[in-house]
Amino acid sequence: MAKLTKNDVLKLAKLAKLELTDEEVERLVSELGEILGYVEQLDKVDVTGLEATTQVSGLSSVTRPDEVKDYGYKPADLLKQVSAVEGNQIKVKRMLA
Amino acid sequence: MSTWAGVADIASDVQAGKASATELVKKSLTLIKEKSEFQAIIGTTEARALARASEIDSQVQSGKNPGRLAGVPFIAKDNFLTFGSETTAASNILKGFEAPYQATVIKRLEKEGAICVAKANLDAFAHGSSTENSDYFTTKNPHDKTKVPGGSSGGSAAAIALELAPFALGTDTGGSIRLPASFCGIVGYKPTYGLVSRSGIVAMASSCDAPGPLAASVSDAALVLDVIAGRDELDSTSIDRQGQYTELTGGLKGKTIGVIEMDEHISGDVRQVIDASIEKLAKAGAVVKPIKLPVNDYALATYYIIQTAEVSSNLSRYDGQRYPYSYPDAKDLDEVYKKSRSIGFGAEAKRRIILGTFVLSSGYYEAYYQKAQLVRSKIINDYEKVFNEVDFVAGPTAATTAFPIGEVQDPLQMYLTDVLTVGANLAGLPAISLPAGKNDAGLPVGLQLLAPQRKDRELLALASAAEEVLA
Repeated sequence: MAKLTKNDVLKLAKLAKLELTDEEVERLVSELGEILGYVEQLDKVDVTGLEATTQVSGLSSVTRPDEVKDYGYKPADLLKQVSAVEGNQIKVKRMLA
Repeated sequence: MSTWAGVADIASDVQAGKASATELVKKSLTLIKEKSEFQAIIGTTEARALARASEIDSQVQSGKNPGRLAGVPFIAKDNFLTFGSETTAASNILKGFEAPYQATVIKRLEKEGAICVAKANLDAFAHGSSTENSDYFTTKNPHDKTKVPGGSSGGSAAAIALELAPFALGTDTGGSIRLPASFCGIVGYKPTYGLVSRSGIVAMASSCDAPGPLAASVSDAALVLDVIAGRDELDSTSIDRQGQYTELTGGLKGKTIGVIEMDEHISGDVRQVIDASIEKLAKAGAVVKPIKLPVNDYALATYYIIQTAEVSSNLSRYDGQRYPYSYPDAKDLDEVYKKSRSIGFGAEAKRRIILGTFVLSSGYYEAYYQKAQLVRSKIINDYEKVFNEVDFVAGPTAATTAFPIGEVQDPLQMYLTDVLTVGANLAGLPAISLPAGKNDAGLPVGLQLLAPQRKDRELLALASAAEEVLA
């Protein structure tokens, strides 16, 4: 299994849209190293013949009719929390610098 | 003499006009103010709670029945979407968020006449075992102010131990209801995965998240569960209820209880209290059998891969656009994302996002995330094998009693606090933490009981009988 470097953490931060200070990066390298060291014990577990568990509810293919229902809230209620709105839409900063 | 009668008794007094919902709400709000030094509460819903109480009182006056929980005040962990207050999940990035709709659990409780009076503190986004990761403040343990209350539902558990309200709501993703219940000496119930809807609750790790009640007694927790349980069309992972959860009959006698082996990782004072409790259960007619649960050896490692993967995905919605906090001086969209998230998230959220992003990233996905999903299957199989031999599993909820505030600084050491509770989340099992006694320093010890999936009623019946024996 892997040991994370400073560059790995910076790459992961970029993927996760986070900016980390030098101090945060240093700390994460050591903390994540310790955590990954701990989870390495899974290497020893024999999983031959097992299938991956993705959910535990025992349900499969839950569907519902594709129809509009009134749950008592309107788009305006949802948009109230948004930082910038124009008309009925979320306004964002420009995407290309 | 406790401050509050049982939940069913309070409701029947309100229904009969012998108690007023307004007085009950005022009493709870006054207690919240008086005990504010423990910092269990983030904020109250005072105006809305009083308005609802007055509505319920007039319903009673006009001869209507407001429901099975008529006028009963309760406190919700601040990751439940509620009207009448902000919903912050104790995070800076959600500060100022006013929910556009309420959680299904809250709606079901209100439909039966219960009244939410306040929102309880938690580790931000429920990431933690002590409430020290709250972006606002740390809750203090009601039994010893220098100790943590446990987490992440630490505010809810402290609120019940302080008797601020008759019951509270929490969420349990890796032990977040049971651990604080154990540290605060109250009852905490984690239902079978899917039995209680997750709709309107700030998501942590969706394949493990289970909302549930914290209360002073098993019968109170069972009544609350009975109101909130069952399929919800707004949560497609929710399941049908199985009968009445308030039927607490058939509890202890002749039931086989597998007791997990307690090794040197469990502290001596906890072992002593748990051993004595098991002896009492045996004397009362339970068939006690020592068992080995190999899953506990690797459940935590599995959990910290699956949970952080799901956390990193669930927290991606906080983009600085759709929720209140947005970095004001960004020059483009990418900077809005990066600055808002970097300023808005605390250290633990960032740690989990980075770890989750790593285990899901190309080149490591198979070795970590997929391996954890396979081991999760093994954990489920191991529990199935154990439940072929016993009806229930018992053991301590936590390896220690409440630890001092500020003592656990290392993230991995904090994660290890959940080592005895995460198995139930990975396998979707119902589990409860019951007060089992106290150590010499007067700190509570919790007894954890587990049952197979969907055996919630049987587990509550056992817990109710055990509660009587342990009292």
